[in-house]
Amino acid sequence: MSAPVSAPTATTEGPLARFVLISLALIFLLLFLFLPLLAVFAQALRAGWGSYAAAVSSPDALSAIKLTLLVAAIAVPLNTVFGVAASWVIAKFHFPGKAALTTLIDLPFSVSPVVSGLIFVLLFGAEGVFGPWLRAHDLKIIFAVPGIVLATVFITFPFVARELIPLMEEQGNQDEEAALSLGASGWQCFRHVTLPNIRWGLLYGVLLCNARAMGEFGAVSVVSGHIRGETNTMPLHVEILYNEYDFVGAFAVASLLAGLALVTLVVKTLLEWRFDLHGTGARS
Amino acid sequence: MTTPSPTLALPRPRWRQPSVLPGFGLGLSLTLGWLTLIVLIPLSAIFLKTAGMGWAEFVRVGFSPRALTAYRLSFGTAAMAALVNAFFGLLVAWVLVRYAFVGKRVVAALVDLPFALPTAVAGIALTSLYVPNGWVGRWLTPLGIKVAFTPLGITVALVFIGLPFVVRSVEPVLADLGHEVEEAAATLGASRWETFARVILPAIGPALLTGFALAFARGVGEYGSVIFISGNMPGRTEIAPLLIVTRLEEFDYAGATAIAAVMMVTSFGVLLGINLLQAAARRREG
Repeated sequence: MSAPVSAPTATTEGPLARFVLISLALIFLLLFLFLPLLAVFAQALRAGWGSYAAAVSSPDALSAIKLTLLVAAIAVPLNTVFGVAASWVIAKFHFPGKAALTTLIDLPFSVSPVVSGLIFVLLFGAEGVFGPWLRAHDLKIIFAVPGIVLATVFITFPFVARELIPLMEEQGNQDEEAALSLGASGWQCFRHVTLPNIRWGLLYGVLLCNARAMGEFGAVSVVSGHIRGETNTMPLHVEILYNEYDFVGAFAVASLLAGLALVTLVVKTLLEWRFDLHGTGARS
Repeated sequence: MTTPSPTLALPRPRWRQPSVLPGFGLGLSLTLGWLTLIVLIPLSAIFLKTAGMGWAEFVRVGFSPRALTAYRLSFGTAAMAALVNAFFGLLVAWVLVRYAFVGKRVVAALVDLPFALPTAVAGIALTSLYVPNGWVGRWLTPLGIKVAFTPLGITVALVFIGLPFVVRSVEPVLADLGHEVEEAAATLGASRWETFARVILPAIGPALLTGFALAFARGVGEYGSVIFISGNMPGRTEIAPLLIVTRLEEFDYAGATAIAAVMMVTSFGVLLGINLLQAAARRREG
């Protein structure tokens, strides 16, 4: 009956202390993480499946879903290409200014979402730097889809690189050097050696980037202008419905986003479980 | 006539260490180009606009009484939430690394929820829990505790947003910490608590501080999860990012920019200060 984990030794706590600590942690997580998640689905289904389906398939909701998918479909591939290029340079080469470059890539993480929207208003808004030129050429960026895409690209800029840099640094250059010495071209080497090595980390980075691209609120809210059916993304649609006291509608659309978050978490857990993504093995 | 290896024939820039891997030039140009276009040029707009304002005007709009109240609220609630997270984040990381219990995998995955859940969704969910007739609010109201539409509500939202920063910073360090030092402490007669306070805590201190700083920085700028639960009353529950949005809606771009500049400089200052502190601590340890 005495499992080795529960045997009290000098370097672990007694069963009572352990029980108290685990309970305290679980109560905290239940209260702060699990209950909010549960509340989203409970509130969405409060009026039954009929109103849920109606809220999710209303024309405004559908156009918000379409715009969110469109924005993610532009922002995620762009930042994936950039993320792979940046991690290749940072992880595979040594050059002065590398640390500074890494810090600059992380910059969007430390800027408030609202400020991330504001900077594009200052550049492309009616009174912005390029405002008069845009008006003269009858182009619209702010309060239109291009502004939403720009703000989303800014916000999701570091995600793929963040995930890949530590992974590629850990893997080192030996595989690529071997491939090159066997006569592979640079592209063949990347395609057949590097890409298979990093694919799971890349997948997770893309997934996180996508979750943020679809869920971004603050930055998008500043540049969108909240025009129903035109510049409303799903998070913005949630806000509008909520402020109109259409709680079932707001939580119904929110539950789609929460579902996306859950899928992201499940895939992440499966990847870590099977491939030990970061090589730490801390959570096995 | 034969070309032995294309990499040998290429002249290499002297400022980086030589490598046989190709693609440095292409990768670096792509990285710098995209970085400049998407991050550096847009961010410089803040400082261009601020510089064009003049010092007196900047102080007048950037440090107006309403702005000062908003900063105090944003930085105060963010610090409070980061403190709560430093404590409970450490507890969660400790429990996840050290103990085995049923459902641990689910709990470990759930910790990342605030990274994956859109902030607006978190905002309306937390509000629905903490309004007086909500699942949690109905237990707190008889005790005279009001959470929704008060600074306490803002703190609750920021605790939600900041938790994974602390857990994910502390967890790997705690996992790598060998049992030898704890065995040594126990051999020398230290109690479990003494071992924790004097051996383990100093070792994970820098990681805990990093987690605290990240949670704090994120909390200061947070918008989506806060605006629903805060009630947004000017002078009472109006956070600084909301004031930026309000100024923008009034087409007061100078006012919005000045507040954004103050927030950015303060946040970078805090992060830089903590980095320097850690560098100094590392040097002391040798």
